[in-house]
Amino acid sequence: MIHQIFILSSKGDHLLYKDFRGETCSDLVNVFYEMVTALPGDQPPVVMRHKDRYFVHVRQGGLFWVATTTADSSPFTIIEFLNRLSALVKDYCGVLNETNITENFALIYELLDEVLDYGYIQTTSSDILKNFIQTEAVSSKQFNLFDLSNVGLFGADTQQSKVAPSTAATRPIQGSREGGKSEIFVDVIERMSVVIGSNGVLMKADVEGEIRVKCYMPNCSEIRIGLNEEFSIGKSQLRGYGAAVRVDECSFHQAVRLDEFDNHRILRLSPSQGELTVMQYLLSDELPSAPPFRLFPTIERDKGGRLIVYLKLRCDLPPNSVALNLCATVPVPRGSLSLSQELSSPDQRAELRPESRAVVWNIPRFAGGTQLSALFKLDIPDLSSASLLEVGPVSLSFELPKLTATGLQIRFLRLSPIQPSQSQRWVRYVTHSDSYTIRV
Amino acid sequence: MPYLSGEETVKELRRALCNPNVHSDPLRHRNAVLRVIRAMSQGVDVSALFSEMVKACATVDIVQKKLIYIFLCSYAAVNPELSLLVINTLRKDCQDPNPMVRSLALRNMTNLRLSSLVEYVEQPLIAGLRDRAACVRRVAVLGWAKLHDLQPDSEIDAAVVNELYSLLRDPDPVVMVNCLRALEGILKEEGGVVINKPITHHLLNRLKECDIWGQCEVLKFLQRYQPQSEDELFDILSLLDASLVSPHPPVMAATVGLFLSLCGSLPAVGLSALRRAQGPLLAACGSGSREMRFTALCHIQLLLRSLPGLLGAHYKRFFCGYAEPAFIKQRKMKVLVELVNDDNVAMLLDEMKGYCTDVNPDTAQAAISAIGHIGRSYSDRSLEILVGLLGLKQDHITSAVVQTMRDLLWVCPQCSSTVCLALEECEDTMQDAQGRQALLWMLGVYGERISSAPYKLEVFIDDVRNETSAGVKLELLTASMRLFLCRPAEMQDMLGRLLHHYIEEETDMCVRDQALLYYRLLHCGKEETEKVLQGRRSDPSLGVLIGPPAESISQWAHSFNTLAPLLQSTFKPDSKPQLSDALRCDPVETSGKTPADCSPITQLAFLTSSSAAPLSLSVSPALSPEKFERLWLQPRAQHDEHGKLQQTVFQCSAQSLQASLQLVNVQTLAFTPAHARPWKVYLYTRMQLDSRGSTLILGELVHCEEEPEEKTVRVTLRQQPRDDETLKAFLSILTTVLHTHSSSNETLKDI
Repeated sequence: MIHQIFILSSKGDHLLYKDFRGETCSDLVNVFYEMVTALPGDQPPVVMRHKDRYFVHVRQGGLFWVATTTADSSPFTIIEFLNRLSALVKDYCGVLNETNITENFALIYELLDEVLDYGYIQTTSSDILKNFIQTEAVSSKQFNLFDLSNVGLFGADTQQSKVAPSTAATRPIQGSREGGKSEIFVDVIERMSVVIGSNGVLMKADVEGEIRVKCYMPNCSEIRIGLNEEFSIGKSQLRGYGAAVRVDECSFHQAVRLDEFDNHRILRLSPSQGELTVMQYLLSDELPSAPPFRLFPTIERDKGGRLIVYLKLRCDLPPNSVALNLCATVPVPRGSLSLSQELSSPDQRAELRPESRAVVWNIPRFAGGTQLSALFKLDIPDLSSASLLEVGPVSLSFELPKLTATGLQIRFLRLSPIQPSQSQRWVRYVTHSDSYTIRV
Repeated sequence: MPYLSGEETVKELRRALCNPNVHSDPLRHRNAVLRVIRAMSQGVDVSALFSEMVKACATVDIVQKKLIYIFLCSYAAVNPELSLLVINTLRKDCQDPNPMVRSLALRNMTNLRLSSLVEYVEQPLIAGLRDRAACVRRVAVLGWAKLHDLQPDSEIDAAVVNELYSLLRDPDPVVMVNCLRALEGILKEEGGVVINKPITHHLLNRLKECDIWGQCEVLKFLQRYQPQSEDELFDILSLLDASLVSPHPPVMAATVGLFLSLCGSLPAVGLSALRRAQGPLLAACGSGSREMRFTALCHIQLLLRSLPGLLGAHYKRFFCGYAEPAFIKQRKMKVLVELVNDDNVAMLLDEMKGYCTDVNPDTAQAAISAIGHIGRSYSDRSLEILVGLLGLKQDHITSAVVQTMRDLLWVCPQCSSTVCLALEECEDTMQDAQGRQALLWMLGVYGERISSAPYKLEVFIDDVRNETSAGVKLELLTASMRLFLCRPAEMQDMLGRLLHHYIEEETDMCVRDQALLYYRLLHCGKEETEKVLQGRRSDPSLGVLIGPPAESISQWAHSFNTLAPLLQSTFKPDSKPQLSDALRCDPVETSGKTPADCSPITQLAFLTSSSAAPLSLSVSPALSPEKFERLWLQPRAQHDEHGKLQQTVFQCSAQSLQASLQLVNVQTLAFTPAHARPWKVYLYTRMQLDSRGSTLILGELVHCEEEPEEKTVRVTLRQQPRDDETLKAFLSILTTVLHTHSSSNETLKDI
């Protein structure tokens, strides 16, 4: 049972407050903010207690989504609900941020009214909710003079419009009511967490993936998503040789019908408007191909008492693939004063961040099959041999577009009834690094 | 409009709402209402616009209606009379052909929360229960619960309760779940909604129709059901098997909770359910939402209490991600410590080593102490890492390592040779008092095996004037004394200097007292001194550590799927009770705890010095026994406080108790003779209240030994004038005194 729901900005501004059980005590919001900001670093902030009231909160979109409740409620339910609520708000308002929430407060109040009654969760299905929600979303798209890419000369269509802008999938679902484009996005998103030992041995490799459908098609009754035919679940079901795609665990959304899955690997579902996670899967302890990055570090002290870190980073992706926004964080000894660097191309950057005790090396674009190197010289006043031990595991964060680590592919995406030609279907693949650590 | 004051805004809004031109244009009208609500959510008091808003309520525009209802529900309590005007509109809306309008009206009618309106609300609610549309029935059912909440004393109509029970068979699953919730609230006094066999089976059969929230709720209600036979129980369990491995963590958790409560008498079944649920729980640990991850981790910790070896093969799933927040990393380490076994210990320690240099010092320290924990069963490998970390020469790491080593020595004395070797080479001075204390303790206890120990102590003794922490001072004294006993030649001069300084110049009474005590002790000869100083070096009771035994599920089943496991860290830092108990008698645990191997007097002095700041007790002006008696027997002028203090056997003499109470400025007036039963003590003190004069507290301690299993001291306190806070504070001081007294009695016996 939920007593109050409120949304706070990261600075503590009250964005929204709704009470469900007739207990007017708006001071709670301030109490919560004081508690969450005063918390010592080693204390978990998720659940906090104030007298007989418990605050449970999640952070989404840089905002605090807080529910107050009693001790015996299920944390799984409340946290899942808050996540679901923020997803719903995102569906309705587009992007989650402070301005969007304040602009659309009427809509969110309406949403909360339908989702919760007397503190009990009624429904969170966007299909049912769409019948009740009447307020239109206010989208806070700012006019940007520099962003004229979509406006052609004298209003003519440009080539640009053939490509979906990156913000296409972050728009309110109701936009389609007034003749917006009918579109569907199927995203395969994977998160890799990898640990590579100092000897180059793969010590841990997990991939968590999900297929997300974002549907902005009002009259689509069924979609069929075909996966790789060689897709297998579990260790025992090896189906033939060759490029089999294997995952260890797999779970589906309850709306997915699996009658064609066993034989043809087809998922059938009737999509609701907005975002839906159709399938989640997990592959642990094994990658179908080599890990995407290998690091060859050399760390030594030169005669001048400086620390020399020479990093050679190799990208083992297929040659036509590319990694974007790669960022390598190299922990360096405490007391590092200054950094001099030699990087192999001008678009890379590296800087020393004393507050996090690390050198951060940014590579905006890294093609598969190539190799980059960097030489860092660090001035450290009292460098001892023990300080070399502090040059600790290098973490990489990156994004691999058009690529899945498991090899999962969408074979086809069929909509029924057949949609008019101006409807657009997009299938996107991306792999993120959840945690990619290379020990040195 | 930030430049307008609240009043200006309200005026401006009123003008807009009353403008006839605005009324004629629905869109402008709606915008005017919208501005009111916006002002309201920004914190402007717009209750003055109540009557205008009531008028605006009569509209066909549903969006406007909804907005106005938000307003009305917030301000109805301020304007009960005007709210009566809305009722008519609302009742009319309840007849509307559109079910959405009907449910909206019904919901807001009950949300107004005005007891004066109850008579108008009941009739539409009854009609709502029989409405064609499910969404109206949902609202109506919960409406009854709200109504009951409004007037909890009034009799609820039995017919309504029956109707609600029959609605459990409603085709709409949400109506069914809402009925359960409403009945639970309405029948709270009679023990909530009845879950009998037919209802249970009905609910189980319809579980699949509900969405995940409904399923969780139903599963929670089913916990109340007691199956009549074992066959029935197993039927239920097999029906629920699919939800046990549900991909939705809330459903999985609710099902596990139900399994645990149903299988209270069959622990084996409960354990196998937990084994089955480990898959979904592990999946939740990798969830994208870090709050969900944290919740799952906390519940895995619960699981491990009963199934210690459960997830050993999956230890890699608990490796910390680089960008994870500190609280998740620290939880994961706690889980990892539990999962260690012969196969994974090498990999695990290798991973942990990486965490020790984390940027966040809390995480680094947690990692170091986690390695120390693993060291209890795999001491060689762990010590190797710990010794290596000393080489980093980083203040916070060294301090954490030294403390971890001390804790490890206490449990595994066989590690001492490695530790001594490492300490020999450790040269840095630590900023952190806890770390210095740990180092001093080890230097004192294992001084004969660390050849450089006297020189290390010399650094401390030379710097004695700059030392601020009382804990470190006491530890330094004890360590120097111990070292003197085994290496007198090197230490004699230093100890002399130290004692001289502490006795002559030290302002801290506690340290000075201890120095004096040691000085006098030295006069008694070496044997006596050794007898006092050679305390225990380790806890022999722990012996070879084989990990805590598996607890039975029933010990934590009640807290599964509640907020308690997520909060636990705030109250119970160590999840293993018997281990923390063992460490509690560690003589150098923290400065807050008094060192157990000094005399009770110094311990109490220590206590006064720490408790002197917040409240000051004094015994002057003195109270004559006659006056005490008069005040004590004076009937109701004072406040009485009765309490029972759980104490270990109270076997100290009257004199020692008197002395220790005097140290905290409590005067004892009279004792009964030592052999008399019940044994009584009368005492009094004055407590300084800030700027308000002082309060007099009279007390009686009664110790009865009639019931030997109940070893308690009954305390009766009288206070004049009354002040609860000081009374509580006094009681806590008294408790501490008695506690130190009884525990120091034990330690003295040990020595």
